[in-house]
Amino acid sequence: MPEALAFESAPSVVQTQRLQQRLHANKRAYTRRSLLLILPLLVLLVAGFMTPIGSLLTKSVENPEVANALPNTLKLLNSWDGTTLPAESVFNTLGQELRTARAQGQLFALNRRLGYESASLRSLPTAILSRLPADGSPVRDTLINDVPALGDIKTWATLKQLGKPYTSLYWLAAFDLKMDAGQVRAVAPDKALYVDVLKRSLTIAALVTVLCVLLGYPLAYWLSRQPARRANLLLILVLLPFWTSLIVRTASWIVLLQSGGLINNSLIDLGILDKPLQLVFNRAGVLISMTHILLPFLILPLYAVMKGIDSRYERAAISLGAHPYTAFRRVYLPQTYAGVTAGALLVFIMAIGYYITPALLGGPGDQMLSYFVAYYTNTTINWGMATALGGQLLIIVLLLYWVYARISRPANRAA
Amino acid sequence: MKHVEPLEIRLLRPLLSVYSLALLMFLIIPILVIIPLSFNAGSFLSYPLSGFSLRWYHEFFNSNDWMPALLNSLKIAPAATLLATVLGTLASVGLSRGEFRGKALIMAVMISPMVAPVVIVAVGMYFFFASWGLLNSYLGLVIAHAVLGVPFVVITVNATLQGYDRNYTRAAASLGATPWYGFKRVTLPLIAPGVLSGALFAFATSFDEVVVTLFLASPTQRTLPMQMFAGIKENLNPTIAAAATMMVLCALLLLLAMEVLRRRTERLRGAKTE
Repeated sequence: MPEALAFESAPSVVQTQRLQQRLHANKRAYTRRSLLLILPLLVLLVAGFMTPIGSLLTKSVENPEVANALPNTLKLLNSWDGTTLPAESVFNTLGQELRTARAQGQLFALNRRLGYESASLRSLPTAILSRLPADGSPVRDTLINDVPALGDIKTWATLKQLGKPYTSLYWLAAFDLKMDAGQVRAVAPDKALYVDVLKRSLTIAALVTVLCVLLGYPLAYWLSRQPARRANLLLILVLLPFWTSLIVRTASWIVLLQSGGLINNSLIDLGILDKPLQLVFNRAGVLISMTHILLPFLILPLYAVMKGIDSRYERAAISLGAHPYTAFRRVYLPQTYAGVTAGALLVFIMAIGYYITPALLGGPGDQMLSYFVAYYTNTTINWGMATALGGQLLIIVLLLYWVYARISRPANRAA
Repeated sequence: MKHVEPLEIRLLRPLLSVYSLALLMFLIIPILVIIPLSFNAGSFLSYPLSGFSLRWYHEFFNSNDWMPALLNSLKIAPAATLLATVLGTLASVGLSRGEFRGKALIMAVMISPMVAPVVIVAVGMYFFFASWGLLNSYLGLVIAHAVLGVPFVVITVNATLQGYDRNYTRAAASLGATPWYGFKRVTLPLIAPGVLSGALFAFATSFDEVVVTLFLASPTQRTLPMQMFAGIKENLNPTIAAAATMMVLCALLLLLAMEVLRRRTERLRGAKTE
């Protein structure tokens, strides 16, 4: 056959180019088909996940209530000088638009929004409506006389300010700050809440993470040193909790920890306690149950990392005269750092967003960020606050996940 | 030559074993403790037990709260699993077909529902689904649960595809199989264990989901975990233990199924490296 090959000889330049073009076209078509396979899932995720999260973030700065209810008043206020009280036409339009808002059921949302600014503003629309002359006669003097707030230039300036389409109110409030005459200030100490909630969430998540690492590391180490068959059987004891519904585990902890629960009764029967310890609906209950629920998320990846560590390094260190403790600390431990950090970050990321377990096992002082997000969405319908607090939580998680991805990437490549 | 260990290490070793067994007990006992309570004749969800009875199971299966909740879960979870598994598998296959720009970004997007705090997902979906009329609808719940299950499918199928030899696909193509036929008859059977374990993960995710459902579902769409959440908050009675026992059993079955699938995947990987 060598002759035949020689006969075909090297292809001409044109042929090579054509071949290359076809190869490129083929590759492009191939990539296109690959993307086509990915597309349906991307559509689902963009529609069902990315857009909802994005709309959550935009909602946290939106300010539609006043602009929706009083569009013409705001238009007139745009050309207002800001130093003297507005003219009759502004008063008149405001009155008319408030009437329309009441007729269309927008008044509630408007009052609520004004109430976020100050308690006295909340009742302003109702006060105006009750004093508004019905016969169409001039309203300015009557209103200034009967509703003193309208005689104050500050009220009008605030209204104009509230008509803007975007607001920093909720994000500032999420950090216990407020806008006061154009300056960012801390809110009154008795109204401050969210910095505490944030600190509390971070503290609980950090404590749970530390507990998981301290408790889980020795177990993962021990498991990784067991013979394969036994290790697989013992792992079931870690995997069953992992697969069991979170709500079931939470229910179990209530049964165990409540004042007539198994733990308290056993301790009393053993004579260790005289009266039951308060273990549930407080911080202890939250920490115990969250540590239990999240431990498998640390143990399982750490176990996988430890399984992959070559024990010869440690043995080499010992044979070179290192004390086993030194060999462990200087040779073994560093090889698990990446695994521990990745596992700890994962546990922290999951813990910081916990809602169900603190809601069921914690007291009022143990509720985390998620609780307030849910509370503002469902109970008080303060969506601005719900989405700003949600945004705060999201930013924390994204930052941590970014760190997590950077740490765990080299490990993934090695695997 | 046997290395002689210092005394403290020899003492530490049994201590570590005792500690490890104790921690394993800490992990498993809370799961098991609720099971005997479901057979308790008394009407409190606490020990000591007062005789054997199946009344709480009877209660569960004849309840106007629990049975509809179970049925809702059984309606939503399979549909969400199917959606997440089909789309997730297709996308993973697409991703595995080589390098292209934006691949890392696409992967990050696909994993992201797993990382985002569930309450944020719930609130985001609540506002967005409201504008599409998907609140209080089964379709909305299925989409939401599928989104939450997708990362698990993508991760497991991707991992399985790493162990899949693409030469099989090429062989099928060179023998005249269309891409779809080759996928159906060659690739899919080989990656099936990974696809199935992804599906089990997605099912478990949907079957466990409370928070998103709490926001999106109407009162008549209560799922089993949601009913449990309400039960724990409102009145703690042993029907909860009966439901919990069945859910633990469910977890055990899932775990065993996963174990079988894991062994199969390992065999597939082993076959490739040999």
